[in-house]
Amino acid sequence: MSAASGPSVPPGGTAAPAVAMHGIDKSFGPVRANRGASLEVAPGEIHALVGENGAGKSTLMRVLSGMYAPDAGTILVNGRDVTGWTTARAIEAGVGMVHQHFMLVPTLTVAENVVLGREITSAGRLDRAAAERVVSDLSAGTGLVVAANRRVSDLSVGEAQRVEILKTLYRGAKILILDEPTAVLSPPEVDELWRVLARMREAGDTIILITHKLDEVMEISDTVTVMRQGQTVGRVATRGTSPAQLARMMVGRDVVLAGQGAPVPVPTVSTAVPRAALAVRELTVADSRKAHAVDGVSFSVAPGEIFGIAGVEGNGQTELIEAIAGLRPVAAGAVLLDARDVTRQSVRERSDAGLSHIPEDRQQRGLVLDYSIAENLVLGQQHRYSRRGALDEARIADNARRQIARFDIRPADASAPARALSGGNQQKVVVAREMGRDFSVLLASQPTRGVDVGAIEFIHAQLRDARTAGKAVLLVSADLTEVLALSDRIAVMYGGRFAAVLPRSEANEEVLGAYMTGASGQAA
Amino acid sequence: MTAPAATVAPTRTRRLREQFEEAVLPAVVALLIAALVGDVLIITYGQSPGAVYRLLIEGTWGNAYGLGQVLYKATTLTFTGLSVAIGLRAGLFNIGAESQLAAGGFLAGVVGTLLPPGIPSLVVLPLFIVAAAAGGGIVGGAAGVLKSKWGAHEVITTIMLNFIVLALLNYLTVAHFKVFDTLHTADIRSGTIARLSAVVPAFHGSAASLVLLLALAAAAAAWWYLFRSRAGYELRAAGLQPAAAEYGGVNVATVWWKAMLISGAVAGIGGLNFVLGYKHYYEDGFGTGAGFLGIAVALVGRNNPVGVVLAALLFGTLSQGGLAVNALVPKQMVDVLQAVVIIAVATSVPEVRGLLRSTRTRGASDA
Repeated sequence: MSAASGPSVPPGGTAAPAVAMHGIDKSFGPVRANRGASLEVAPGEIHALVGENGAGKSTLMRVLSGMYAPDAGTILVNGRDVTGWTTARAIEAGVGMVHQHFMLVPTLTVAENVVLGREITSAGRLDRAAAERVVSDLSAGTGLVVAANRRVSDLSVGEAQRVEILKTLYRGAKILILDEPTAVLSPPEVDELWRVLARMREAGDTIILITHKLDEVMEISDTVTVMRQGQTVGRVATRGTSPAQLARMMVGRDVVLAGQGAPVPVPTVSTAVPRAALAVRELTVADSRKAHAVDGVSFSVAPGEIFGIAGVEGNGQTELIEAIAGLRPVAAGAVLLDARDVTRQSVRERSDAGLSHIPEDRQQRGLVLDYSIAENLVLGQQHRYSRRGALDEARIADNARRQIARFDIRPADASAPARALSGGNQQKVVVAREMGRDFSVLLASQPTRGVDVGAIEFIHAQLRDARTAGKAVLLVSADLTEVLALSDRIAVMYGGRFAAVLPRSEANEEVLGAYMTGASGQAA
Repeated sequence: MTAPAATVAPTRTRRLREQFEEAVLPAVVALLIAALVGDVLIITYGQSPGAVYRLLIEGTWGNAYGLGQVLYKATTLTFTGLSVAIGLRAGLFNIGAESQLAAGGFLAGVVGTLLPPGIPSLVVLPLFIVAAAAGGGIVGGAAGVLKSKWGAHEVITTIMLNFIVLALLNYLTVAHFKVFDTLHTADIRSGTIARLSAVVPAFHGSAASLVLLLALAAAAAAWWYLFRSRAGYELRAAGLQPAAAEYGGVNVATVWWKAMLISGAVAGIGGLNFVLGYKHYYEDGFGTGAGFLGIAVALVGRNNPVGVVLAALLFGTLSQGGLAVNALVPKQMVDVLQAVVIIAVATSVPEVRGLLRSTRTRGASDA
């Protein structure tokens, strides 16, 4: 494949590279996560490591940080051969990794978490004041602002991530690996993170950024390494490449990115008001603290319409979707499917009435991770795949064969546990199950979160096809580009209410962004 | 991985074989580790491991009477092991098999005393099964309802129910049902189940009865229920990931009380082994320890009914073997071995499984 035709950066240079990995092989059972992968990172640069889900990025970085021993290949850090080292040795040598999933003790303070394992003690006791001082200094020096004496359980996700980075820096990391750091951050928090990383680069630190968001790559990185199916397919200077070229290298073919290329077809909703497939009336949902997470929201979605809900996460979107799906009790108001009140009905009754649901948390809700692909492909439909109390194995296997082929789920092994799949393929299983059956209303919550460009394109196409086929789609996404690319109408949720409901023609990032912060909502 | 068609769906037999290996091999490895630790203990005690183990084997599998005793113990342990395993598959830790077993035996014993003599066993057997299942099921189901309705943790409630139920059964037996000067009820006159010695005379004197067929049937039924039925699919999903089960239309609270009801009922049916198969009456304290040992059986059997049957045989062998080796070493030695088996299983299972998987992949890539 001649995809990697960009301006190649000559590896090496005058100084020894900070990191040089060559011919790395790493298998987990039948899955070959890395196949002769290589990576070369110059000292003092921000190096983006990009690739689809399951391309082997995280594995390669775990090999570098000592979590996994490679099956083959060599690792050099600052010119020293460190192949097969342990995490302890890696930390000593200044290589630290910030994982996608935080590893913090919620009941301890920020300072206590940062110094954990390397405590500052006086007379055998933790010197809290000294720890807080050190952490505050570190925080001020890097721009990672977070109060040292606060409990971690009280922090926002963005703040918790700062604590993770501080923890790594406290251990003396000079080569910092960040695994998809922006997946959980709001746009202002992302900007803040970029500022911190730029500052660290100036201070001479080396940063490796795992991501599959190409705009991030273009914005912050100096050099990009692209991985595909466990192999390194290219290494290019960021200045000499484009998102389209990177996407091509990642996927191995041309990709239509959301919001560009083919124009969004203008929906042709007939002027005669169609009957709402989904209607929500004055819905109020209590959250765990008895406050109103959703506060009197009303809207309806017509057949053949995609209704998008934008907003900063935590403004009631999760509670709204769960209440519609039947997973959360409703305090007041009603949910109607095809004009039938289902407010008091169970999850199964709503599902039987034609409601499909792609949940935002596929690992907790959308999949039983220890169940096979085939078993997961009937979750929620198990009563349709059984006869006289017994599972109908033949039909379950048949369904798995069809969905795996139709949605290109890999590996194409129906008996593989969902746990063994990459994030993108896990999401494909959920999408296949919810869209591969008969339904009239689809709740799609963050349908492409943590999914690679190829799968995003595919899922978007599925959602558009569903609209064409006359399905009503309720889309919730933190990704404005996605909401704008797909929706016919867009609501912005803020503080449990709709701050605005706009037709697609009146919406753009600036308008939505203003409503998302609540500013316009109050003015309007 | 690149060509979807290249990965062939595994055949049914291969999957069954894999399930079998994962159920059996960890237990075997654990046994080897336990034997090794046993060597050290025996040598420290000044005996020869060979002699002690020979005695242990001879006293259990080496003669028909010993084997009969092993089978008798394994039969009860199969029921209590299945009971704990079903609970664990639903994500519930049933510590109450001890009192559920006793309650099942008690109710069967009481029903037995009410029957006139001369009714064929096969006719009244269903009645006894229902009675025993009801006895255990009420106790287990009570803990289940407490959890489903009020969120009371099943570990606490089942432990407490053990005390309450065992004391209550003791009171009822002593105050209302016992034969004078004993702690047992009157003899059952109909529906007793034949000893194994009636089929194979060599088993003469041992307690084993045809209830062991009932245990095997229970294991088969449990396997089918857990892995082949829709209810089992929902039960396991609720145990693995309650949030996903809920999303999949499963009422998790309902699964909880049903699972505890079934778990208790299975333990309760275990009471028939003593009541119908062995003594033909209910005796206070007949199954002491078998309920708790059921936890170990479920653990070693990896909550898989096939594994539970084998683990029950293992623990049956060890507890009978303890009596056999008493001449050379204290029988507590075998209690230590049981503990070592449990610890070895708890620690070695992930390792053994990892090894199994990697051998399999190597085998697959060689092919």
